[in-house]
Amino acid sequence: MNYELIGITVLWTFLYGYIIVASIDFGAGFFAYYAKIKKKDHIINDLISRYLSPVWEITNVFFVFFFVGIVGFFPAAAYYYGTALLLPGSVALILIGVRGSFYAFNNYGSRNSTFYLFLYGAAGLLIPASLSTVLTISEGGFLKEIDGNVIFLAKELLTSPYSWSVVFLSIVSVLFISASFLTFYADRAENNWARKTLRQFALFWSMPTIVASLLAFISLQMHNPEHYSKAVTEYWWMFGLSLLCFGAASWFIYIGKRYGAAFIMVMLQFFFAFFGYGASHLPYILYPYISFRENVTSDAMAAALVVVFILGLCLLIPSLVLVMRLFLFDTDYVKGKKK
Amino acid sequence: MELDGVMLSRMLTTMTLMFHVIFATIGVGVPVMISFAEFLGIKRNDHHYLVLARRWTRGYTITVAVGVVTGTIIGLQLSLLWPSFMEVGGKVIALPLFMETFAFFFEAIFLGIYLYTWDRFKNKWTHWLLTLPILLGSTASAFFITTVNAFMNTPRGFEIQNGETINVDPVAAMLNPAMPSKVFHVVASSYMTSAAILAAIAAFAILKGRRGHYQQKALRLTAACTFVFSLLTAFAGDVSAKFLADAQPEKLAAAEWHFETEKGADLVYFGTVNEDGEVENALRFPKLLSFLAGGSFDTEVIGLNDIPEDERPPLWIHYMFDTMVTIGMYVMAVTLLFVLMDRAKRRNALSKPLLLGILAAGPLSMIAIEAGWVLAETGRQPWIMRGYLKVAEAATTNDSIAMVFILFALLYLVLGIMTAVILIKMFKNSPAELEIEKRYPNRE
Repeated sequence: MNYELIGITVLWTFLYGYIIVASIDFGAGFFAYYAKIKKKDHIINDLISRYLSPVWEITNVFFVFFFVGIVGFFPAAAYYYGTALLLPGSVALILIGVRGSFYAFNNYGSRNSTFYLFLYGAAGLLIPASLSTVLTISEGGFLKEIDGNVIFLAKELLTSPYSWSVVFLSIVSVLFISASFLTFYADRAENNWARKTLRQFALFWSMPTIVASLLAFISLQMHNPEHYSKAVTEYWWMFGLSLLCFGAASWFIYIGKRYGAAFIMVMLQFFFAFFGYGASHLPYILYPYISFRENVTSDAMAAALVVVFILGLCLLIPSLVLVMRLFLFDTDYVKGKKK
Repeated sequence: MELDGVMLSRMLTTMTLMFHVIFATIGVGVPVMISFAEFLGIKRNDHHYLVLARRWTRGYTITVAVGVVTGTIIGLQLSLLWPSFMEVGGKVIALPLFMETFAFFFEAIFLGIYLYTWDRFKNKWTHWLLTLPILLGSTASAFFITTVNAFMNTPRGFEIQNGETINVDPVAAMLNPAMPSKVFHVVASSYMTSAAILAAIAAFAILKGRRGHYQQKALRLTAACTFVFSLLTAFAGDVSAKFLADAQPEKLAAAEWHFETEKGADLVYFGTVNEDGEVENALRFPKLLSFLAGGSFDTEVIGLNDIPEDERPPLWIHYMFDTMVTIGMYVMAVTLLFVLMDRAKRRNALSKPLLLGILAAGPLSMIAIEAGWVLAETGRQPWIMRGYLKVAEAATTNDSIAMVFILFALLYLVLGIMTAVILIKMFKNSPAELEIEKRYPNRE
């Protein structure tokens, strides 16, 4: 059986899931802080916290799941990335640490403090920025192998236009995904004031998303022409579909109707873009050192992981459905009538 | 001692684990206590237990949040600090790591539901039922992670040929020989420590003069549970010692300062080693080590002198062992005394010395957990995968490690202080009596 393809697809799907749920979370932190300093927090922060409280730990698990999966399916990738990413990885970890715990402190512990909220909101934008550098590094050119030691070329990364375009793309995407989801959530809660504010956020961040995507494409062409040409010749239709979905989503939000459909379109927009990117990236997991065909784990381990994965899903999907029914689609809860 | 990459990697891992294990232990044990309290509350229709469950849960969310964070950190840090180990380990022992994420996922989902659905179900038992997946998920997490740790002690399920890992059997790696005794010991001691900490909180409240029914019920429940779990822990410790004598004799020998292989070996309690390698100032229990190692006073116990010199763990772990065992015995004794005094109607179980004794048992239990983990990890030295890979060969070659160490030290310092401050504030601002009155205004 073709385990490497199953493995990479599963992991990529989880990473996609993480990007969506974490973006909602990261962006929400930024909006909460923004609303606080604009003294609009009474309008939207309640709504945000009603959504985030039950799900933030779940978000974190998506991430852990992804990298544990990488260690399992592609152990050699763990070696290369592990050695190279000590510093940027640790910084991202510390940010995740600060953000997660301050969220809990603020939410379950003391009353709203602007300082916590600032840390929370700022970390929410810095985390996607620092995590996105992993994708940048995967394009090659930022690692060197000397006598069996893997060396990370920090200076090259910090001065690369491609690297910065990815950082920019990650931040605006986070804000766009988050705003379009929260608009939908506010609409369900029939909270007109919050919806109005959040809809403006969504419209505001829609254009930069496309601009950033174009920039990332252009700089990819300079940085890794091989990947770029594969993306535009073999998978151009994926990016085309992504653009169409973006158009539909923006249209729905603009005319102020069907926010649910709008958010699904946003999800599809990122689905096509992310999988188009991923598919054209293959066969490399880390260009040019790790390819998903050569560095996959043994058949026995891969089979075991796939079996566990399927069993795990049988356990998780019903539980997630339960969460959604209780917190996302229970209108009374969303409106804040139930505690 | 030179501060090279290996040493710094070890120090950073030690720091992360010692910080994480506090929250991990609470994370495994406290759901059990919450489940008990809510069960009693519904069963006896006693609102005191329900408030107890609510308040424990609120504190628990904070520690879980920090546990999630530090757990994420250690999960990634293993790859960052020990890339070679994770490359080999990933090939063989990735399965339980993968399963652990599922178990935690499961727990996180139901904890989220539990927290926000106290008054949402018509049938009270429905809400209690939610404690079961939480409890199951957290204990399963402990099971899977301890499996990985056991694998490091007794690696199985693969062969190495010309530097290649072949014949990988992920299930055999998971069910390695050290797994049962280790999992048993970790789970039992987590339950015991969590109960002991909750007992210490109750004792503290009573010492402060809040001697209501609520506090007394809390103390009775937690002290009794601590005692039962401490019995389990002691039994698990005994199983572990017998396992070590059989499969990892160098660890037992170093922990017990047992040098010459012999029958009828003495148990050495504390003491010092002089320049000639002789034990001084120690309390000796004749033949007890043989008994602990094999169930008979004539069991032959392998001594440290039979182990190649470069494969001996450091001798100081003896103190870790003695600390752990002494505290375990103390906690068992003090909670037993409380339970007995409480049963005998005419005795005053709420006397100040006994309450102080229970108060001390909480933090002491956590110290025992730390000592136990230091013993377990240092007792495996010099190996990271016993017999296959040494710690020194597995560390990262990246040289920014010193700075990373400082960053994490700061993070843990801030998190530790914040957690304590928030928890104290949280319960000071809302005393139990007020909460009981608010939620159940018509009851006694």
